[in-house]
Amino acid sequence: MADEKTATLAPAGHSSGGDRPSGGDRPDRGERRPPRPGGPGGPGGREGGRKYFRRKKVCKFCVEKIEAINYKDVRLLAQFVAESGKIVPRRLTGVCTPHQRRLSCAIKQARNIALLPFAGRAS
Amino acid sequence: MARTYETNRVYELMFIVRPDMVEEEQDKLISTLESAVSSSGGKVKSMERMGKRRLAYTVRRFHDGIYILLTVEGGGALIHELERRLRVTEPVIKFLTVRIDEEQKRLDKIKKLREARRKPAPAPAETGGETAAVTA
Repeated sequence: MADEKTATLAPAGHSSGGDRPSGGDRPDRGERRPPRPGGPGGPGGREGGRKYFRRKKVCKFCVEKIEAINYKDVRLLAQFVAESGKIVPRRLTGVCTPHQRRLSCAIKQARNIALLPFAGRAS
Repeated sequence: MARTYETNRVYELMFIVRPDMVEEEQDKLISTLESAVSSSGGKVKSMERMGKRRLAYTVRRFHDGIYILLTVEGGGALIHELERRLRVTEPVIKFLTVRIDEEQKRLDKIKKLREARRKPAPAPAETGGETAAVTA
């Protein structure tokens, strides 16, 4: 999803070049960010939107064959919640889509019953 | 057509009671709910006291609460009635109802699939292990 965004941003940058000084700069300007050769080795998935491969992240639920994601087990859910209380996106945790959907549903239920905070540190 | 669908639903009702509530009052509340369940033709599957916990955020100026989990089998109207009661009960500060029979069905299906898959596997695995041990 992030990759698509960068792909569409480049042509948009090209077309809306009303205030561009010259056409010669276009290849550089269209890049939006300089290509970093240290992508796979360095951050390794921390920054989203890199066009390079990041190391294969496995879905924790698929590997451990956890089928039931209950809103009651706060310790499991808290692993997928950031310090600010936000749900961590699956491109950072490596969770597969169906499990991420169930996980976010469970987190929202836990928030409703005051097991997890809406915002702030998870106690 | 028999109205069997009415009593097939299983709900999980979790509610939080204020932390200064005495044990007897809790029992009174729970028995009131249970009698409401049985009077409308439902069934209480289990009742669990999860104890006092710190709340993740302040609810009605309380920082802690006593969690109680009630698993009920019954129809939607029953849950409507239970929630109405919980809403008017003063010590109850929060509640959440989740329907779990569909989820339970899915989990049972997966478990059955896993069991079925596991049965033919040990037989060839054993012979394979033996032959491997012999050759090695």
